Amino acid sequence: MESVFELSNVTFRYPGSDIALESVDMVIHRGESVAILGANGSGKSTLLKLLDGLYFPSKGEIRAFGTVLSESAMRNKKFANQFHAKVGLVFQDPDVQLFLPTVWDEVAFAPLQLGMDKERVKETVHDCLEKLGISKLKDRAPYHLSEGEKKKVALASVLALDPEVWLMDEPTSSLDPRTQGWIIDFILELTGRGKTVVVATHDLEIPYVTAGTCYVLGQGHKVMTRGGARVILEDESLLVAANLIHRHRHFHDRVTHAHVHRHWG
Amino acid sequence: MASDFVVKTLDETTRAIEQSIFANRFARKDGFLQRLDPRFKLVGVLCLILLTGFSGNLKTLLFLYVLTLGFAIASKVPLGFFVKRVWIFIPIFSAMIVFPAIFNVITPGAPLWTLVTFSSSHTVGPFVIPKTLAITKQGVMGALILVMRVATSVSFAVLLIVTTEWIKVLKAMAVLKVPEVVILVLAMTYRYIHLFLRTVEAMLLAKKSRQVGDTNIKEAHGWIASRLGVLVGKSYNLSSEVHLAMLSRGWSDNPRLIEDFTVGYLDWFWVALTAGIIAVCFTLR
Repeated sequence: MESVFELSNVTFRYPGSDIALESVDMVIHRGESVAILGANGSGKSTLLKLLDGLYFPSKGEIRAFGTVLSESAMRNKKFANQFHAKVGLVFQDPDVQLFLPTVWDEVAFAPLQLGMDKERVKETVHDCLEKLGISKLKDRAPYHLSEGEKKKVALASVLALDPEVWLMDEPTSSLDPRTQGWIIDFILELTGRGKTVVVATHDLEIPYVTAGTCYVLGQGHKVMTRGGARVILEDESLLVAANLIHRHRHFHDRVTHAHVHRHWG
Repeated sequence: MASDFVVKTLDETTRAIEQSIFANRFARKDGFLQRLDPRFKLVGVLCLILLTGFSGNLKTLLFLYVLTLGFAIASKVPLGFFVKRVWIFIPIFSAMIVFPAIFNVITPGAPLWTLVTFSSSHTVGPFVIPKTLAITKQGVMGALILVMRVATSVSFAVLLIVTTEWIKVLKAMAVLKVPEVVILVLAMTYRYIHLFLRTVEAMLLAKKSRQVGDTNIKEAHGWIASRLGVLVGKSYNLSSEVHLAMLSRGWSDNPRLIEDFTVGYLDWFWVALTAGIIAVCFTLR
């Protein structure tokens, strides 16, 4: 299968700060569904920003579609535009992603920046809003929206480019259960259409349902292991070591007791 | 008590900014000005403000002011709200500033009302206090013209703002050849002011929920200074993340904007109406 991303020995350090990612090797194939699992601060978001060409490795190399993803490569406007048309990132915080005053402007932003004809932009925005069932929000300002609505607008803003690769940072965080279910259905729809989807999350329901490849990032900012979703999710000691599950008190019928406990499936 | 004053001031300032910038309740009504294309409305209102600025005649200014009241009624903006919004700040301050000019110390002329008669005139610094201190007809007229000019200009500006959503005003600025990057920066500023207002509100609530008893003014000032620091830090982090989000969706330094305005018969009627008002004002001169 053709690879979309190849990471060799990638290390990233924020200026004047500790290492955020260390010696990451990874291959993501076209059409693959990948979950990057890890606790808060393990480097998941940083990894997605590296894959989106927003950050560049301090050490090692990232290849995207066979080309090295470097600062100098991204300075080439033609290459950068082609890359951003192919790879879309949905940020964890919709308030970061929704930087324009209305929903309509937000969805129109990317196609406009990438040079799409204005009439086609209007059609695209209309189609995206219809597809996600948010047409009635088109003139609304982001601050008038609920968290679930903001997340849908953030998805629509990426959908407007219909990228080949979707990167999603904690797509289900801070959402009610119904919207979480909607997001998982949306991911399944993308993979069903042959899109490559990389989700960074600590919500273990996502890899359980999408059943793709999992990479587990540990507290040492390194990849602890890689494997199929079902195999990884069965490995309780691995998940405990990665701080993804823990021992806590809860009910079983009328009995309260404590043990390592799963919430997915 | 003192800290209450500081916190209340912050709270009320937050509300005032929010109400003045984000109140769209009149912009969404189906009134005359609301139905106009924002570009036509912006240019028309700017012409009327310029006309007000150049009018040195009280009759013309009164005519224009009455027109603003008529526009307010036609646009379903309650008169009480409109008059209060216009007069409460700028014209009252202008009146205070112009107040000394009504006396013959500043504006010599025909006395309208004699206040005091001294034995002789006096010189105080650069001012000569005449033997008879009086309010002059020319002084009152000058002051009235200035206050009316300010009030009428503010009235037109308020009409534009309350009957148009901010984002439409910003997009309409393209017709004045304002660069798209400037419009985008203003639009983003407008979008994030709200987020920071919410943050300030949350900070105030968090303080109130944990505060037992009074704090003194020094502590209150210290708290505000520390929150300002937190806000600066938050806004810096947010701006870095927003920039990444923009880059991720193809931002280059050459932004492209799009607007969906449509021109109708009412807009051409507005053009004719503005031209008619200008013609009437010239006749009144």
